[in-house]
Amino acid sequence: MLNYIWFGLMIIALVVGAINGQLTEVTNAAVKSAAVAVEISLGLIGIMAMWLGIMKIAEEGGLIKILARAIRPVARFLFPEIPDGHPAIGAMMMNITANWLGLGNAATPLGLKAMDQLQSLNLSKDTASNSQITFLAINTASITFIPMTVIAVRAELGSMNPFEIISTSIFASTCACIAAITASRILSKLPAMQASNPMLQTNMEKEVTNG
Amino acid sequence: MVDSLATVVNTASDPLFTTIMKSISNLAIPFLLFVIVTMGFIKKVKVYEVFVDGAKEGFNVAIRIIPYLVAILVAIGMFRASGAMDWLVALISPATDLIGMPAETLPVALMRPLSGSGSLGIVTELINTHGPDSFIGRLASTLFGSTETTFYVLAVYFGAVGIRKSRHAVASGLIGDFVGVMAAVFICRIIFG
Repeated sequence: MLNYIWFGLMIIALVVGAINGQLTEVTNAAVKSAAVAVEISLGLIGIMAMWLGIMKIAEEGGLIKILARAIRPVARFLFPEIPDGHPAIGAMMMNITANWLGLGNAATPLGLKAMDQLQSLNLSKDTASNSQITFLAINTASITFIPMTVIAVRAELGSMNPFEIISTSIFASTCACIAAITASRILSKLPAMQASNPMLQTNMEKEVTNG
Repeated sequence: MVDSLATVVNTASDPLFTTIMKSISNLAIPFLLFVIVTMGFIKKVKVYEVFVDGAKEGFNVAIRIIPYLVAILVAIGMFRASGAMDWLVALISPATDLIGMPAETLPVALMRPLSGSGSLGIVTELINTHGPDSFIGRLASTLFGSTETTFYVLAVYFGAVGIRKSRHAVASGLIGDFVGVMAAVFICRIIFG
């Protein structure tokens, strides 16, 4: 699907850009975006290193295991592929909590650590497993209790009550999160998704014979 | 039913709730660091050595993300610069009129999954034009506050572990975004009229 979306965005940009006479702007945007992407990635190095270090201590100290065991019933339901008490569950829980608290700086490194642990269970290294997709869904539609950025904008532009959108945001983001998780679980049952499921033995065999 | 929902939802905007949530946010990281480091130390983990060992992966992860993020951000950047968004808005706005969503806020909903800074720019402009406490200003704020930048999250999270075949991940994320928009319009209609 990403192949189609990527192709679509690029072709629409070029065709519409030509019709609108904006081709120079489109080219400039491409160059600028590429630079921004590198800046963002490099900017992650420090915070990534810090949280990966802390997480390693949490793992060896046993905290991750305790967290993983604490949410076992929920985890078993959402991530049936993951063995009980696996450290991936503890790491996911920390990422989700950080997201709820609006700690974006900590949430991303914790989430990437969790993704890495899910990857260690994944039998194919370039295809997303069902667990990874459900975890991604939780993050793309994560619940935020205090949307700080937009509150700051509202306050700056003279709102009588900049916080009044907190309740509506919590409601909408909860709906979005439930929908994304449900979608990830239902879509994984589609025949096409079963066929590409890297965790199914038959698909693994196919890959071996093809390769 | 709708009234009681409005009451329940409204309590979340209470100043006390905000204060409590903010203090939890501020204390969460120091608390977490304290617990993790202390627990490691008690369990005789060589905290310094283990920290360094874990941290050295940070560089590799950040570098691995680069090609994925370049691919996504370049395509989205070009799309935004082409002016195609205006066409998309014109195409979809008849449908959003039906559910009582002001056409002005449609670009926020469409831009939100693509670009965080892009959608924040639109929200800021809308709030500036219509006022933060207008219906448009409140709905735009809610739309921004209710989901994440789907494509950015996808590029970073899957990029970090080298996953190229995303299967139904994009569809799941976009379904979440769509439901988020519907829910935002619904709840803003009830609470802000």
